[in-house]
Amino acid sequence: MRIAPLLALAVIGLPVTAGLAGTVLPAFGFLPALGRETFSLEPFRELFAAPALGDSVRLSLVTGLAAALISLGLAGAFTAAATGTPAFERMRRLLAPLLAVPHAAAAFAFAFLIAPSGLILRLLSPWATGFERPPNVLVIGDPAGLSLIAGLVLKETPFLILLILAALPQMPTTRSRQLAASLGYGRMAGFVFLQWQPLYRQIRLGVLAVIAFSSSVIDVALILGPNLPAPLSVRLAQWMVDPDLSLRFMASAGAVLQLFVTMAAILCWIGLEWLGAVLLAGLRDRGLRFARDAIARAMAVGLPLATALLLILGILALFLWCCAGFWPFPDALPGNWTLRSWRSAWPRLDGPLATTMIAAIASTAIGMILVVLRLATRPSGRPPAALSRGVMWLPLLLPQVGFLFGLQLLAIRTGTDGTYGALILSHLIFVIPYLMIALQDGWAALDPRYERVATALGASPLRTFFAIRLPLMTNALLAAFAIGFAVSVGQYLTTVLIGAGRLPTLTTEAVALAAGDNRRIIAVYALLQTMPPLILFAIAAILPTLLWRNRRAMAA
Amino acid sequence: MTVGKAWLSAALCLFGLAGSLSPALAENKAPAVSDWTAIEKAAEGQTVQWNAWGGAENINAYIDWVGERMEALYGVSVNHVRLSDTAEAVSRVLAEKAAGRTANGSVDLIWINGENFVAMKERGLLETPGWATLLPNWKYVDVKGKPTVVTDFTVPTDGLESPWGMAKLTFWHDTARTEAGQLPHSAKEIADWLKDNPGRFTYPAPPDFIGSTFLKQLLVETAPEKIDLSQPATDENFAAATKTMFAMLDEMRPNLWRGGQRHPENYPAMKALLADGEIDILFAFNPGEASSGIAAGELPETVRPLPFPAGTLGNSHFVTVPFNAANREGALLLANFLISPEAQIRKENAELWGDPTVLDVASLPEDDRKAFESLPRGPATPSPEQTGPVIVEPHASWQDRLEAEWEKRYVVGG
Amino acid sequence: MDKQATGGVKAGASLGFCNVWIALNGHLLLQLDRTVMPGEILTVMGPSGSGKSSLLAFIGGFLDPAFEADGEIWLGEMRIDKCPPADRHCGLLFQDALLFPHMNVGQNLSFALPAEVKGRKARKDAIAGALQNIGLPDIESRDPATLSGGQKARVALARTLLSRPNTMLLDEPFSSLDAELRAAMRDLTFGAIRRASIPAILVTHDAADAEAAGGPVVKIGAPPAI
Repeated sequence: MRIAPLLALAVIGLPVTAGLAGTVLPAFGFLPALGRETFSLEPFRELFAAPALGDSVRLSLVTGLAAALISLGLAGAFTAAATGTPAFERMRRLLAPLLAVPHAAAAFAFAFLIAPSGLILRLLSPWATGFERPPNVLVIGDPAGLSLIAGLVLKETPFLILLILAALPQMPTTRSRQLAASLGYGRMAGFVFLQWQPLYRQIRLGVLAVIAFSSSVIDVALILGPNLPAPLSVRLAQWMVDPDLSLRFMASAGAVLQLFVTMAAILCWIGLEWLGAVLLAGLRDRGLRFARDAIARAMAVGLPLATALLLILGILALFLWCCAGFWPFPDALPGNWTLRSWRSAWPRLDGPLATTMIAAIASTAIGMILVVLRLATRPSGRPPAALSRGVMWLPLLLPQVGFLFGLQLLAIRTGTDGTYGALILSHLIFVIPYLMIALQDGWAALDPRYERVATALGASPLRTFFAIRLPLMTNALLAAFAIGFAVSVGQYLTTVLIGAGRLPTLTTEAVALAAGDNRRIIAVYALLQTMPPLILFAIAAILPTLLWRNRRAMAA
Repeated sequence: MTVGKAWLSAALCLFGLAGSLSPALAENKAPAVSDWTAIEKAAEGQTVQWNAWGGAENINAYIDWVGERMEALYGVSVNHVRLSDTAEAVSRVLAEKAAGRTANGSVDLIWINGENFVAMKERGLLETPGWATLLPNWKYVDVKGKPTVVTDFTVPTDGLESPWGMAKLTFWHDTARTEAGQLPHSAKEIADWLKDNPGRFTYPAPPDFIGSTFLKQLLVETAPEKIDLSQPATDENFAAATKTMFAMLDEMRPNLWRGGQRHPENYPAMKALLADGEIDILFAFNPGEASSGIAAGELPETVRPLPFPAGTLGNSHFVTVPFNAANREGALLLANFLISPEAQIRKENAELWGDPTVLDVASLPEDDRKAFESLPRGPATPSPEQTGPVIVEPHASWQDRLEAEWEKRYVVGG
Repeated sequence: MDKQATGGVKAGASLGFCNVWIALNGHLLLQLDRTVMPGEILTVMGPSGSGKSSLLAFIGGFLDPAFEADGEIWLGEMRIDKCPPADRHCGLLFQDALLFPHMNVGQNLSFALPAEVKGRKARKDAIAGALQNIGLPDIESRDPATLSGGQKARVALARTLLSRPNTMLLDEPFSSLDAELRAAMRDLTFGAIRRASIPAILVTHDAADAEAAGGPVVKIGAPPAI
């Protein structure tokens, strides 16, 4: 029982550390398995000789910062404008399922909307735009990475809003809102001046994770990002699979560079945090009230709502394409409907579908057990030690290429690549942190007196755990399961590298299809990829009301 | 904590010891290709990991059908490992060799040609000795009429890969939007035409094989005659041979679709662009491509071939077996099935795939020959008169250099 | 487990404190060295933050590790301060009823009823009797969330009594009730404690509570300056 709480940390910490070593050593030319047993800087020399490397680095850096800044701005403004209003609760219900949409599927949905031949222009052409042919404008994959940033914002804004929603109950929102209003402050100004900074401290790691993810993302960048040159991480992954083995050293060196790029992005962000705090203090100390903020508030509520609706419209576009016959531009709807795409994709779906489900269910179930063990054995009322908190966040704060490259070498070396065990284990690295994020606040929020009462009534710790703690956590456990499941379903690079191509999932298949640009088949895969997590979110939302239909206090 | 220990010992293995974990087991037990009965027996129950480019739905569907037939005929399962670049499979085999996995490899069969084949051949990553000519169905292969089935990008195959299909670069346009007379009829005319029709042409970004092929088509059209492209490329002859070609690409670039800032990933991506009217010219390596695209509802029915009278590149594509294939016998059986009349007839059907056969149709049994002759050719498949002469591929070494030079010139973002 | 715990304590045992002290950050909160007789209610009074609830937590075995505490606590002949909390059988009552929201009223009571009461009928009767005693017969199948505040408080009391506690620890149990209900609840609770003849500790800042308890009163100091 002593090591039980450490298991969750070990399952993350050991592979990540080994993976980092397995990436860093080859970066310096050391990999006995490939017959190189001396250290050298050659891989870095080759790396820096790669064409347009600077542009790739700049893209990664800018994408990471911009996606985080815009998402946080939207999420923060929304919270400031909407806390304590019914819109807030409605938004939560809208956003939770959107979190279930895998990144790749969201990117496809977005691309189907905004492409020059996408649904938006089809709806507007030719009557409003005059276009008979799609305009020759670079939208998807623009060299500045704008559509990549927009696609990431679409997914990261809901993530941040949900993080904020989890942190808010621990803050005196109502009282401080009333206080600010009584002093004549506008709703948003009152929130920003009084509550933003403590709130931000609580979600800060989440924001840094958004930067790390966005500055090193591969699947979304393959779909929406520029390719001449591509962001750093995409080029690294390409080098990693190049037939020229020496490129692996360069790829490893690139992964080390990626670590520094992400670190640089985070350092820039810390500078921005400081700047923001100074600006905020300046505004606050001048006593500005911003009392008439109706327009700002409407925008703050409207913009995140618009991003959510955009994602939903994009998913609608996926539905149209998956059943479309010939559908030329600028027709708003397909000329005829057919199930041909489904028929042609169906025979190949069973394997990926089964692998997706097995990996997701197994990794989430194992992850749940480990996380619950950890939470249950943690002394109550104590924040987790900095080290264990750090380990939990490690996989989210490191660029994936930074340790997955090394992990793949390990898997090949041990002959475990392409096995379910290794795949599930590698998914666990990412599932556990999200389960922890999803569960720990709810776990800590339960009134500790329930368990004390049970103990005082003579119940053993085990009985208290199974008869009181777990049932009272049902709703949180269900929601966490849905999140862990969605995280596993969305894993791209992990599955590609550790699954070794022999364990394709719906996600790897869908991203592989991005290259082919067959919109009908892409739509089929993207929808199928979205459905299982979405169904699970629906179950997590509906099951408590069924389960607790006679227990009013539980059905909330 | 066993999990932790496993990772730890794995780390020690990788970085501490150079010893091999999986000693060669199967080498002496494997039946010879000449003993086909033994191959069939050993193959039963195997699952062949077939690594093949997975970017085209019609081809994926064909591979599925092959899997069903293999199961029915021999009790061999086929798993299509879909690649976006064949180089992925090559790198996997390389990594396994480097890691000392000389048996039980994860790749059993690769769809391959050109520089990837040369890379594997040179590094000794293939099943040896030459086995392809020993396959029972080899007798149908048209070695005389189709010399590229034994010479891959000027490099002799030495029986290390077995042909699967024929490729001939073919161009199309949509007759509903454009007239053939106003369109270019060779790669080198495209630059001029683009000046008046900006944005209406593009090519997949090399190293996509169709993108690289477009570069080679332009190269063979523009290279000075005194340079022999069938010889390996060197620093000197490369600069001289590609001078005009890159000048033309430079000239083309601002007028390309999206100003040359983005290229389609591969040829199926160009089909969607043609269907939407974004571009006017489509090209692919398979003469039946447009017909099968029309059948799939991906292309308008008005698409027709755009002949290049001076000729276009042609080659063959192959399958090969890595030296450490875990399911070697199943892979050989599969390679043999792929050159069976049954498999080749279905492949050439334009409504399904439309990829030309590698077989000598005249030498086939009566029924098979008739089946070939009665295949639907499809409305957009070029007739013999529309098909220009075949230009043979330059030596494989040109492609790597072209791709590298292209990346150097055009990947620099802006 | 139940046997072990109840076996060591004789019914009607007194609750003894021997040199008990509790401190926070080196600041002494309270000291206690006395015995509470069976049926007696010791009232501990002090302003909020003075640490009076920490005494109950120390007795029950739930003291936050941030506190330092030492001393011996005796239930009759048995020293309980080193026992696992589940074996101490200290009935806890808080300001909130804390009925388990996922169980109905009957299940709440059954959870408290010792396992020694065997057989479906015997257990059902015990629960029905307990509800009868608090004047709420036949509400076994009710959802606790549908009860009024006074009803919840009474069910919570019945639940605690059913577990046959050796002592009762009351943490401001009446402060959320209105004046009328409060008086009734006091009578019900204190009467039950006297009838069961067990010692009890009442923590409150309401002088009327102390008066109604009728036992000795201990006052503890102001909160430590931070």
